[in-house]
Order: sequence, then C-alpha cells, then structure tokens
Amino acid sequence: MEYFAQQLINGLTLGSIYGLIAIGYTMVYGIIGMINFAHGDVFMVGGFLALIVYLALVSLGITFVPLALMIVLIVAMALTALYGWTVERVAYRPLRGSFRLAPLISAIGMSIFLQNYVQVAQGPRVKPLPPVVTGGYQFGVPGGFGVNISNVQIIIIATTVALMTGFTLLVAKTPLGRAQRACEQDRKMASLLGVDVDRTISLTFVIGAALASVAGLMYLLYYGVVDFYIGFIAGVKAFTAAVLGGIGSLPGAMVGGLLIGLIETFWSAYFSVEYKDVAAFSILIVVLIFMPSGLLGRPEVEKV
Amino acid sequence: MTVKPLDAPTLPPDVLLRVERLTMRFGGLVAVDDVSFDVRRGEITALIGPNGAGKTTVFNCITGFYKPTVGRLTLDRDGRPWLLERLRDHQISREAGVARTFQNIRLFGGMTALENLLVAQHAPLMKASGMTVLGVLGVGGFGKAERAAIEKARRWLERIGLADRADDPAADLPYGDQRRLEIARAMCTDPVLLCLDEPAAGLNPRESADLNALLRSIRSEDGAAVLLIEHDMSVVMEISDHVVVLDYGRLICDGAPKSVREDPRVIAAYLGVEDEEVSAVEREIEETAS
Amino acid sequence: MTVAEHDAVTRSEPPAFAAALRDAFVAALIALGLAAPMMGLMATPGPEGLKLEPHWQRVAIAVAVVFVGRLILNLTIWRPGVRKPKTANSPRTDAMLARIAKLLAPAAIVIAVALPFLPGVERYTVDLGILVLTYVMLGWGLNIVVGLAGLLDLGYVAFYAVGAYSYALLAQHFGLGFWICLPLAGILAAFWGVILGFPVLRLRGDYLAIVTLAFGEIIRIVLLNWYWFTGGPNGIGQIPRPSFFGLEFKPGPDGFAATFGLQFSGLHRIIFLYYLILALALITNFVTIRLRRLPIGRAWEALREDEIACRSLGINTVTTKLTAFALGAMFAGFAGSFFATRQGFISPESFVFMESALILAIVVLGGMGSQFGVAIAALVMIGGFELFREFKDYRMIVFGAVMVLIMVWRPRGLVSSRTPSVFLKEKKTIAGALVQEGHG
Repeated sequence: MEYFAQQLINGLTLGSIYGLIAIGYTMVYGIIGMINFAHGDVFMVGGFLALIVYLALVSLGITFVPLALMIVLIVAMALTALYGWTVERVAYRPLRGSFRLAPLISAIGMSIFLQNYVQVAQGPRVKPLPPVVTGGYQFGVPGGFGVNISNVQIIIIATTVALMTGFTLLVAKTPLGRAQRACEQDRKMASLLGVDVDRTISLTFVIGAALASVAGLMYLLYYGVVDFYIGFIAGVKAFTAAVLGGIGSLPGAMVGGLLIGLIETFWSAYFSVEYKDVAAFSILIVVLIFMPSGLLGRPEVEKV
Repeated sequence: MTVKPLDAPTLPPDVLLRVERLTMRFGGLVAVDDVSFDVRRGEITALIGPNGAGKTTVFNCITGFYKPTVGRLTLDRDGRPWLLERLRDHQISREAGVARTFQNIRLFGGMTALENLLVAQHAPLMKASGMTVLGVLGVGGFGKAERAAIEKARRWLERIGLADRADDPAADLPYGDQRRLEIARAMCTDPVLLCLDEPAAGLNPRESADLNALLRSIRSEDGAAVLLIEHDMSVVMEISDHVVVLDYGRLICDGAPKSVREDPRVIAAYLGVEDEEVSAVEREIEETAS
Repeated sequence: MTVAEHDAVTRSEPPAFAAALRDAFVAALIALGLAAPMMGLMATPGPEGLKLEPHWQRVAIAVAVVFVGRLILNLTIWRPGVRKPKTANSPRTDAMLARIAKLLAPAAIVIAVALPFLPGVERYTVDLGILVLTYVMLGWGLNIVVGLAGLLDLGYVAFYAVGAYSYALLAQHFGLGFWICLPLAGILAAFWGVILGFPVLRLRGDYLAIVTLAFGEIIRIVLLNWYWFTGGPNGIGQIPRPSFFGLEFKPGPDGFAATFGLQFSGLHRIIFLYYLILALALITNFVTIRLRRLPIGRAWEALREDEIACRSLGINTVTTKLTAFALGAMFAGFAGSFFATRQGFISPESFVFMESALILAIVVLGGMGSQFGVAIAALVMIGGFELFREFKDYRMIVFGAVMVLIMVWRPRGLVSSRTPSVFLKEKKTIAGALVQEGHG
C-alpha cells in the first residue's frame, strides 16, 4: 500500500512534466493541425536555458533558492518562448497552407537542427547539477517504509496545477483565448472577422514553448541532469499523452500526461523498467483503436 | 454473403429497392423517422424536401455510409435479394450494385478523367490481374481486360461529351463537367441503382438540360433505376417518374410528380406555413374529399 | 530566423534600404537573444560542479552572420516586389523537372551500373554507393505507402529491422544461407506489416502517424531487451556474408576469385554487394512502376485522393491499404536482410526513429510518387552527408537546416508532378498542386 502510494506520487510528478509538454503539442495541433515535432527539443532547450540561467545566478551570488528559482522560471520561460517563436517563424510560417507533410518534415529538420545546435553549443557531455531543492515530508507509520514526498515533487505538482489553472482561464476568458479558439474552428473566417491569425499562431507557439521550458526546469530539478538527447524521448511521450487525451483538447493533454506518467511509473515499479515505454505505447495503441479520438477529444464525424 | 438472407422479403417484380421503417438517430437527434418507400425498376425517383429534411441521411443509409438505427433496406438484383443495412460500404457497390455521387463532388482530382473511370472498374480489373500477382508478372488476361475497360471508359466519356479531355486531371475540369464525370464514374461500376445527391446543383440551364438528357438515357439505355435528391423543381418535375417528399425526417408525400406538386402538405413544407395552417389545410382537404 | 521574416519589409514601401537595414537589425537582435545564453555561456563540469564558461566570440559571429545575411537577402531576393514566397511549386517548373527526370533516369541507371568500373572509383566510392542505394531502395519502398497510398508511416524502420533480424536469426539458428533468407525476410516483414497494419489502418492522418511511430519504437525496445533471442544491445554478430550463388568470396581454390581465374581481392565482395543492392533497388522500382499501372496501384492513388469516393466505388479500403503497407514492409525486409549481410553485425542502434524520419524525409524531399526524385533525394542527403564527414557535429546542424530550407523552397519536393498511369491520346503530366497527399 505504501509502495503503491509512493509510486502514485512519483507517477503524478512525472505525469505533470509530460502534461506540460503535451499542452504545447495539443495547442499547436488544435490551431494549425500539424505535429510540431521540434517541440520536444524546445523542451530540451528550455532545460538547458534553465540550467544556464541558474548557473549565472549562482555566479552572481544569488543563492537564496526560492528567489533564484523564481528568476530562473521567468527568464527561462522568456528565452525559450523566443526559441518557440523563432521556430514557428522560420520553419512553419512559410509553409502555412501548404501540404500536410511539408511542415512535418520541416519540423523533423528543425528537431535535428536544435538537437545538434545545443550539442555543439553546450558540448556533448551530460550536465549534472547537484540537488537545488532538498528535503521533503514523510508520511506513514514510524519504522515502516513510509511514503516520501520530496519538496521538488511538491513544487512540480503545485506549479503544474497553478499553470494549468491559469492557462485554462487564459483560453476560456481572454481575447487571446477567444482568438485561439476561433482560429481552431476556421482560420479563414477568423481572419475575415479581424482576428490577427499570424499573431495568434505565434502566441500559441510562444505559450507552448514557455510551458515546455517550465517542464524543462522541472526535469532539471527532479532528475538533476540535462543532456541534448532528452528532447526526443520526452517529446514522443508527451505527444503520445496529447493523442491519448484527445489531441486539440487542453484538459485532455493534462489527463493524458498524467496517465502516461502513471502507467510508466507503475509499470516500472511492478513489472519491468525496460519495457515501460512499451507499456505507454501499447496503451496508446489500444486507446486509439477503440477510442480513435482519444479520451477527451471530440469524435470526428465523417462527412459524406 | 452470397447466400440469400432467410429473412429477406420477396419484393414485387417491379420494385428494385424497398425502404421500410428507416430510422436514423444521431444521439438525441432523429434525422430520419420511420420512412418507407419503394424505388421501382426503370424509373427515376426523386427524393425532395426542404434543407435538413434528412434526404442525404436516407442516401447515406442506402449507400452504406451510415448504419440505420432501425429499418430494413431490401434490394433485388437479378432476383437475388440483398439487405443493404447488413452489407459493408464497399459491398453495397460491388455486390448489390448501388452506385452514388456526392453533394460536394468527390472526384479523384489529381487523376485524369480516364483514370477516374478506370478506378470505378476496380473489381473486375482486379480479378483480371489475378489479384495483382499475375499482373505484375505480366501474364494472364489482364491486358485484354484493361483494353475493354478503357473502351468502356471511352464510351462513357463520349456520352458525357468529355472525350477530348480524357487525359486532363479531373480537378481541372469545369464544374458542370465534373458533375457529369462523377455520374459516368458511378455508372462504370455497372449499377442497378444510381443514387445522385443534388446532381443539378450549381449547373447553368444548358448544363441542367444536358443532365436531364443524360439521366433519361441512363434510364432507357442502361436500364438502371435512378434515385436522386434535388432542389431544382424544374428538374424534378421534368424527369422523375415518382417523387418522395421528406420534411423534418418524416415522409409527408409519395406519388407521381403531378400529384405531389398539388399536395398541400408539400406546399406547406416548402413555403414554411405555420403548423395550424397546415392542419387547417388538411381539414379542408378532408372535407372536400368526403 | 533568416528565412521567413520578410513580410514586414515587403509590406512597407521605400525607402527600401532603410527598411532593409532596420529589419536586419531586428533580426540580429533576435539572434542575439537566442544565441547569448545558449552559445555565449557554456555549462562546463569543473572541480566544484558545473560552472559557466563564456564564449562571446561565437555569439558575435552568429549575430553578425544573421545581420549581414539578412541584409543581403533583403536587398536582393526579398526586395519589395521581387518575388512572393511560394507555398506551392509552380506548374511550369513542375513540368520541366518531370521532363528532366525522364531524360536523366536512363543515364542515371547506366552510370549506376558502370560505377564500380569507372576510372578513379575506389573502394570508398563503391561503399558509399551501396549505402546510397540502400536508402534509395528504402525510399522507393516507403514511397508505395506514403507517396502512392497516402498513408503516413513514421515507423518504417521497424520492417527494415524485422528483415535484418530475420536473416541474422535464421542464419544463426538454422544455418540458412542468404539467398533463402532474402525472400523469407521479405515475407516476414510483410507479415508484420499486415499484423501491425490491420488494427490501425482505420485510423486517419496523424493518429496513424503516431501509432506507426509507437510500433516502430516498440519493436526497437523489444529487440533491445529480449536478450536471449536478439542479443539485446550487443546485437548479433558474425552474420554470414553472401555468396556468389554458392561461391564464397574467399582466397583459396574453391573461392569466387579462383573459380573465375581472378586474383583474389577484397573488392570483389564489395562490388558484388553493390550489384546486389542495385538489383534489389531496381526490382523495387520495376515492381512499383508496374503496380501503378495495375488496378491495385490505381486504387492506392484513388485512396490517397479520396477515401470516401473509393468506398462508394466498391473498393475495399482495408485490404487496399493493407497491401500497400505489406508491400512497403516487404521491400524494407529485403533491404534489411541486405543490410545484415553487408554489415555482418546488427544491433538495435541501427533502427532508431531517426532512420524512419530520414527515409520519410527522402521520400518527401524527392517528391512523393516520383521514383527519380526519391533517388536524387537519397543521393543528395546520404551522399552529401557522408562527404562532409570531417565536419562532424556541424554537418548534422546543416543537415537539419537543409531539410527545413528544401521544404520552404519546394514544399512538395523536387519532382512533384504526377504522371498518369494510363492515357487515351496524350500523356500529360499533372501539376503537383492538384494531387492530394492523403489523410490516412
């Protein structure tokens, strides 16, 4: 039971990270209908930028952890958002309204570019960071194993909840959210009604990248390490999460992310670590076969 | 699939398709409600009704794109009855011989007009190519079968006046030509029933007249029955032998064009008369009848 | 940052130079924002953990390159009114490229056949030729699935892996030779194509893409972890080399060289492998060209154009899609067993997602449906990539950037027009813009 509760907490933590990345996929898919393959690498860039900003703060003498984390969060979000914006501008906007596969290939090219750009710029070696946030709470009977929640896990889950809430409000209440939903429904009509479609799409990429950088920071805090290769695996998992939840649906992305995180953690805990990705992918396949639009996605009605 | 379903009713000889108690629900919405009618051999049957009356839904049930919630669709092809609601969509064309066109034309735009007509002859050509195996090796009678298929396509292209444009991509053709090409493509599957979803929509008067001539020739020369959805009353009245009227998913009238035109319920449905007035009109009719 | 950001300039009218300068300045500022943290500060492990190492000169170079490059572009091809950005290939270039392709294809085959005996050709070139031809074959195989049937497959490398492991395992456990294993590997791969394809082919578009990606990854992870069967990450070694129809390439009286009275040379086997893959690739090409003219090929293309219309014409879309999937898989299986026999060693590392992405990129960059375009794309991508070997990591950066640039330049690939499979009077090429690319 304690073991189960422990895995549940670990799974939720991992799922939060996936969920944050998945939002970027699902928003972009919702609005321009493309798989932004480079998004996983934007997450990786976000992790690196968080690391660099943190190290810069340390060298400037700012070592009070909550303050440092706040600054890292904001600066890394801003810098990664710039990357997200640039990726859209360079690799996707010229292909707007073009054939479906062209942006996908362009995105794969962008993914290769970013991965190797970071590798060249930051060196191929893994970057280990000693724990920044330490400590935690223990529940359960004294003498037993107990259930540990580390402060890092609390930060990750709390930040995710806060961002998700803020983000849902953003989409539901603000003019930007309305413009986004309008573009999702019908881009041409939205532009005729005075919505600046280009700007809305750019902002979508900016928000997605900012959330991915938060995920990058969380990853860095949780695992204490980044390398240029984390983007691919995390990206594929997060995309899986987005599809599982129903692509285009924001709550779906979060639910999908949590599910993938939980499945992976429980599978590793009770069965085998080696096959945890197989478990995640198999569940994806099963869900898609029986529920082709994901858990929370709108069913696609075939128009004849 | 080739065995006669035990529960298939035997249709009167002049009836090709019998629609019985057809009902289609989408969630809470009843798109088609308890509709029954017959399509007779050698006739052009028109399905009319205001927008949203459920015409296309009836079509999609007959052609296998929807599975009806309730109802039985019996089609008699050469003495063998088929229950359409039990067939998969591609079997409806291949086995039962029902072909269709679409409201928003669905040609293979990047393929030539000729290729479009050859795709329609897929099943016999596939057999002739030995399910591809013999065709790849270049043995068997595929070459002959293909020449025959091309010849058939050429005849159809001539009939619809597109022989000169056989090698142009379908998407490059003018709208009216695309409509006719889609009908020719459906006819290339050798159907016993041709279902046309608003064939005259967007046509100019001349093209519309050409279409009428084409449909008449299909009825007389090819012996196929035609079921068509149409808004253009001049087309309906001119060529159809039998008219079925739907309104709000219900069948409100079924008969010869002349009688349908004078039916007050049909007039009411089209002109949007208030419900009380309809019942008032109905009462009047009953009174005059009795 | 240098490619697309010119609408600001095209919109505003002269003074052009000032506008171009201002735009280049903005671009340089953005480049500074991007490069300053990532390129300027390098996290380096030191004695007391990570610390930052400044590299400001790299930032300066990057910013300068962006500024100058953009200014030049603004003043030349992006000058107001010079040219609109294209999102589709123009029909005229399409037709021209299709004609060139038609003329060059026979010449390319002649060169390919003669290559090992051309003067100045060394072992390295033949080796490179083998590599390029392997990707040409994979590209042609995937072209059946993506280019003709319009099904987006992101896990194609899985079937390549099935082919490679089939040969390696059959040879290891049953001592079967290459020539028996080659068809078996193809059949097994096709069989897997059907097994994997059957449940998922009713999914559409990107769902199909992600499921095929998932299948590809599952197969790789299983190969990686099924130690007793596949050797796990250590892979399988000592895979038998192919023989010349029974004659082995070895020194000694019963070897290939001695039988034909030649001096023994290690090059014989390389040349033999070269012709083997050339033959396999040409068979793939031949079969694809034939299939296009058969009803099944036309049904694939019709499926790509409009699936609903296909169903209304009595085409069984499930079996039609499955045959495309299985045939594509079969050719990948052939290529896989060739790969195994050529390398003599295989491990899951050779079958990562990046390979699938690369093959898909070759198909799309070459122009879906165009056999010649795919071959050229494979030559440029793989050959070019190998030629710049000494640039190491930088070549990958350039590789990614080139993929983006080609797509922006020609979104439908090099040869995007379609040749009709049959004609009545005159064969006209069909502009790429009219051809659909499928939703499945």
